[in-house]
Amino acid sequence: MLSSNKKKYQSTTGRLTVKNLIKNYGKIRAVDNISFHIEPGICFGLLGPNGAGKTTTIEIIEGITQPTSGHVLYNNAPRNRTFWERIGVQFQSTELFAFLTVRESLQTFMRLYRNQVKLDDLIRMCSLEAIQHQDNRKISGGQKQRLMLAIALANNPDLIFLDEPTTGLDPQSRRHLWEIVETIKRKGKTIVLTTHYMEEAQVLCDEIIIVDKGKIIAQGPPEELITRKCAGQIIRLPQENVPEHIRQMLDLNQDFAWHLDATQKFILIQSKTINDCIELLMNHKVDLSRLTIRPHNLEDLFLQLTGKTLRH
Amino acid sequence: MNRFWSIFVARNKEYYRDRASFGWNIMFPFLIIFGFALIFQNGGQRPYKIAILTSQTIHSDIQQQICSHELFSCIPFTNKEMAIDKLNHHKLDMVLENISQPFKYWINTSSPKGILSEGLLTRISMSKEERHQRLIKQTIHSKPVYYIEWLFPGIISMGMMFSSLFGIGFSIVRYRQNGVLKRLKATPLTSFEYLCAQIISRLLMILATNIILFIGCSWLLGFQCKGSLLHLFIYFSIGTISVISLGLIVAARTKTEELAHGLLNMITWPMMFLSEVWFSIEDAPQWIKNFSMCLPLSHVTHGLRQIMNDGVHLFHLSSEIFCLTMMTCIFLCVGSLMFKWTQ
Repeated sequence: MLSSNKKKYQSTTGRLTVKNLIKNYGKIRAVDNISFHIEPGICFGLLGPNGAGKTTTIEIIEGITQPTSGHVLYNNAPRNRTFWERIGVQFQSTELFAFLTVRESLQTFMRLYRNQVKLDDLIRMCSLEAIQHQDNRKISGGQKQRLMLAIALANNPDLIFLDEPTTGLDPQSRRHLWEIVETIKRKGKTIVLTTHYMEEAQVLCDEIIIVDKGKIIAQGPPEELITRKCAGQIIRLPQENVPEHIRQMLDLNQDFAWHLDATQKFILIQSKTINDCIELLMNHKVDLSRLTIRPHNLEDLFLQLTGKTLRH
Repeated sequence: MNRFWSIFVARNKEYYRDRASFGWNIMFPFLIIFGFALIFQNGGQRPYKIAILTSQTIHSDIQQQICSHELFSCIPFTNKEMAIDKLNHHKLDMVLENISQPFKYWINTSSPKGILSEGLLTRISMSKEERHQRLIKQTIHSKPVYYIEWLFPGIISMGMMFSSLFGIGFSIVRYRQNGVLKRLKATPLTSFEYLCAQIISRLLMILATNIILFIGCSWLLGFQCKGSLLHLFIYFSIGTISVISLGLIVAARTKTEELAHGLLNMITWPMMFLSEVWFSIEDAPQWIKNFSMCLPLSHVTHGLRQIMNDGVHLFHLSSEIFCLTMMTCIFLCVGSLMFKWTQ
């Protein structure tokens, strides 16, 4: 079973360093002078809204896109041709050779590497046994993502790039893929993951960076970032249970902040001192029968840092 | 070698499992054979079409001579206006009114075929004695090259050109569009290995279909290759690799199939006209003849004709082979250097 109590696994993989990376597309700066390093054996998450520069950054590291300036170092040295022998890549959306079965598609990619895993082990690991003789174009979205992940693992890579691997998948398929990623992590592989799903990043990543408009706006382990940037907890109540004069009282206290949720049906009160907040509500006879309390999560942090307005 | 082999095998499987495309490529030579068999069943179509304006009862000697001539095809007409109109639109080469002597004939003076028909008509209507007083006929002693034997190397060259250029061009551009190439870029595969696998895979397909075409046509039409079949095979392979390599340059960076289509048409049409596939360019300006020697298809067609029609040894085609090999090297180097995996 998956656990959010993340554990770093010993790894022999190299260290990845990104230094002063800039990428311009004409007059648009997609990546704006970002630097970070990734320690071996961790799952490193790149988060950010659409168009933040995540995919461009990951593709520069993979060697797919050339940067305008900056360096990517692997084991403290510039990447060379052997880099592609050591990495595995799962892109957001790519096709495969048509008219090949799942097994043949895997074989095709395995033969491109000197170092190869056992095909049957790979098929078992990614739960592809039942579909291994099916045409790769006639499998479901979840199966396709598992196949693409298996292809990324065909050379037993040290460093694995997963670009939004669960986008468009149903909750079952998503969780299944998380389990496979956890298995990979247990083998001490380094994973670089981009995702829109904050829950996914919180479950899988040991360290994240949040990128917006090509710049890093936060960096660190998810739990530490949440604690550092979003202290306290969130109280959720039906908005009709909290009358206007109570809201005005909440406004007067610096430890409390409230807003309505996206449905406008619930009021969310962020509180650094949860006991004081509940006491205030009880003193004013607020109906707490439908009260829920939850800690801050990565999504709260993400929205706090990147804002709630729609990105075009 | 493993990487090359992997892509080669995958591409071949893709090719033969695409039943529609594979079926068409296998059927296509048979259709050409069938077409040839139809066209050349009576030694080929008669090239000059004459409308005979006559009543059904009158059959003059001259009419019989014309209509039995191997170069004339006689079509009876009763409506003179209609026949003249067709002559004007180059659908007929001559109109002959065979009612009372002297017979009247009409030609379109802007039509070379009309002028030639007139010459033939004059020759037929002249007595042998009269002709021998003015002209002495000399015949060549070598074995004649029949039109089908001259045309066939051009036809297979043309088919090979379309299959090479469009086959390789479209598949690479499609892979670039749907991200297959992007996925391959994130592996140790080099562009040279990838392109070589594409070339060899396409070469095998073209060789297979053209062997069928050759066997079928030679059996049905009874023509023979005067040179060695092995030499023909080797030379055709060298030429095919060269033309496929040219297709790689087009596919190296092209982002869309629409653009690829335009660029490939821009290459194929001049090649088809300047490589003597259908007609000789002996009377063309020198610069056109020089330019045609820069096109791989000219060397392919010329060499194939020399082997098939004249029985020339491969050794005597060394200059053509050198040109084709050099072109292949240049196209491959330029294609590999220009090649982009992503859009």
